[in-house]
Amino acid sequence: MENLQIADRTFHSRLILGSGKFSSAKLMRDSIQASGTELVTVALKRVDMQSQNDSMLEAVGEVGLLPNTSGVRTASEAVFAAELAREALQTNWLKLEIHPDPKYLLPDPVETLKAAEELVKKGFIVMPYIHADPVLCKRLEEVGVACVMPLGAPIGSNKGLKTADFLEIIIEQSQVPVVVDAGIGAPSHAAAAMEMGADAVLVNTAIAVAQDPVNMALAFKLAVEAGRMAFESKLGAVSHAASASSPLTSFVDA
Amino acid sequence: MPSFKDTFLKYDWNQIKHDIYTKQPADVERALVKTHRNLEDFKALISPAADAYLEDMARQSKALTLQRFGNNIQLFAPMYLSNECQNICTYCGFSLGNKLPRKTLNPNEIDREVAALQSMGFKHILLVTGEANKTVGLEYFKKVLRQIRSDFAHISMEVQPLDEDEYRQLIPLGLHAVLVYQETYHQKDYARHHPKGKKSNFFYRLETPDRLGRAGVHKMGLGVLIGLEDWRVDSFYVALHLKYLEQTYWRTKYSISFPRLRPFSGGLDPKVEMTDRQLVQQITAYRLLNPDVELSLSTREKTSFRDHVFQLGITSMSAGSKTNPGGYATAPESLEQFEISDERSPSEIVALIKSKGYEPVWKDWDVALEHGEIRTEAI
Repeated sequence: MENLQIADRTFHSRLILGSGKFSSAKLMRDSIQASGTELVTVALKRVDMQSQNDSMLEAVGEVGLLPNTSGVRTASEAVFAAELAREALQTNWLKLEIHPDPKYLLPDPVETLKAAEELVKKGFIVMPYIHADPVLCKRLEEVGVACVMPLGAPIGSNKGLKTADFLEIIIEQSQVPVVVDAGIGAPSHAAAAMEMGADAVLVNTAIAVAQDPVNMALAFKLAVEAGRMAFESKLGAVSHAASASSPLTSFVDA
Repeated sequence: MPSFKDTFLKYDWNQIKHDIYTKQPADVERALVKTHRNLEDFKALISPAADAYLEDMARQSKALTLQRFGNNIQLFAPMYLSNECQNICTYCGFSLGNKLPRKTLNPNEIDREVAALQSMGFKHILLVTGEANKTVGLEYFKKVLRQIRSDFAHISMEVQPLDEDEYRQLIPLGLHAVLVYQETYHQKDYARHHPKGKKSNFFYRLETPDRLGRAGVHKMGLGVLIGLEDWRVDSFYVALHLKYLEQTYWRTKYSISFPRLRPFSGGLDPKVEMTDRQLVQQITAYRLLNPDVELSLSTREKTSFRDHVFQLGITSMSAGSKTNPGGYATAPESLEQFEISDERSPSEIVALIKSKGYEPVWKDWDVALEHGEIRTEAI
């Protein structure tokens, strides 16, 4: 399986984990380990930056930390939060999330583009969470984001790849890695995203609220690997008609 | 200016009551199999007919809450700043007619209360006062917010309703959420329970969430005081209010609380008794109607009930609460608003939450995330 390159880092795993819904720090740590992930996103609002032993950060441990701006409603708030994260957590990697609608947590495309442009200029590795909007992805690419993170379905819905038609266009057009983020509720969804050609997937709810999160994390690891291997192996074309063994046009060469 | 009042006036209490009490098992079953429920479904879920389906409701409510909020229970504590009050409310210990000594915390006392709350681990705090605009009004709130904003990650307020401009002045100082309960949506009964003071203005209170929404508050909490009127009908009005607010002020987050009338100094007996079973029905009905709304449970409820019900839809709980100003460190004997029922310490509540497979969350916001530049200037 090929490695994944985002900005200046190389990843062996193509599974990124969210951290918000686990029932304990230990379960989160064990799930991270089982998933093989090398990047875990943590909401800045959950981190106690005044504490030397924040349980969220301890659970993430040595794995790459990806702070996110969940909770902010505007570009200016996101930029402020990003600078806070960089200073407190010593990383310029950032998952940019701006969702002013707290009910469905759907991203604001206008504020996201504005914030992304400014954050790139300020030296951040920006990974924006967005709707599956192919034009927005190209606009974000133009301002210098490290990847795009279109959603498969509303966050936490476990509904799978409801935006598949648009994800296909994004994957086809993108010159930066495409990470499908949100809505992935089963390993089969993750595998489908990888088969489609997504570079990685981000999963939280499906693992964290499973009855056995550690085993589910392993299931996702295997599904992501299987899906990617299938993509790299070049799947056969899908046809709705049988291939005739006696072609209608065989007479022309006779 | 458009407000919820326009919507409210289109509904008739008695008609709503009739609708709820005539719901049939088939209505409940139809509501239970839906993925997106409307207010008509909610009437069925809070109807007497739904009692037989409580287990189904609880299972669905638990699953929805886990999916949306994960295995998290947010912890917070109230900090009573003052028990001065100019209102007469028949059900409240702070009522003007209650001839007991009054207290408003000064900056030194606030510091001591803050230290006590911080030592227990709290990062989310709810500031509570009576309604005494002259002594405990906008200027007092501004001073308090400036004083404590860096001590907590998340500051909420449950005080008298204010004007829009006043909210606009408080939000940049770190005010993240405001709780304002209508107490009851039954206009005549409201007037009977609030005979004197600014609170007697039913519609000024009813339109408070509109003023908050226009002012851009991050979160607001709704609810009624259970026991004043028919809880089923009042619940419907809360759901109606919530629906209107979510559509109108879509950037704001919402929470619902379930305060049941508790004993207090000079108290009133509830007009309507709500059983534990009915409270479970109410909580789960809200969750089935709205998978995303935060549901909060206070220490008014008794220990054994809280131990179980928090897993059925609740997202935040208070712990170790004192309902009197200075109750944590400076004036433990001052007049309380009501008696709490669950007197366990925060560490005992944390142990309980963990024992049930949930994660107690102390921090889920950061004042630094709001209005970064404005906030710095506002200090």
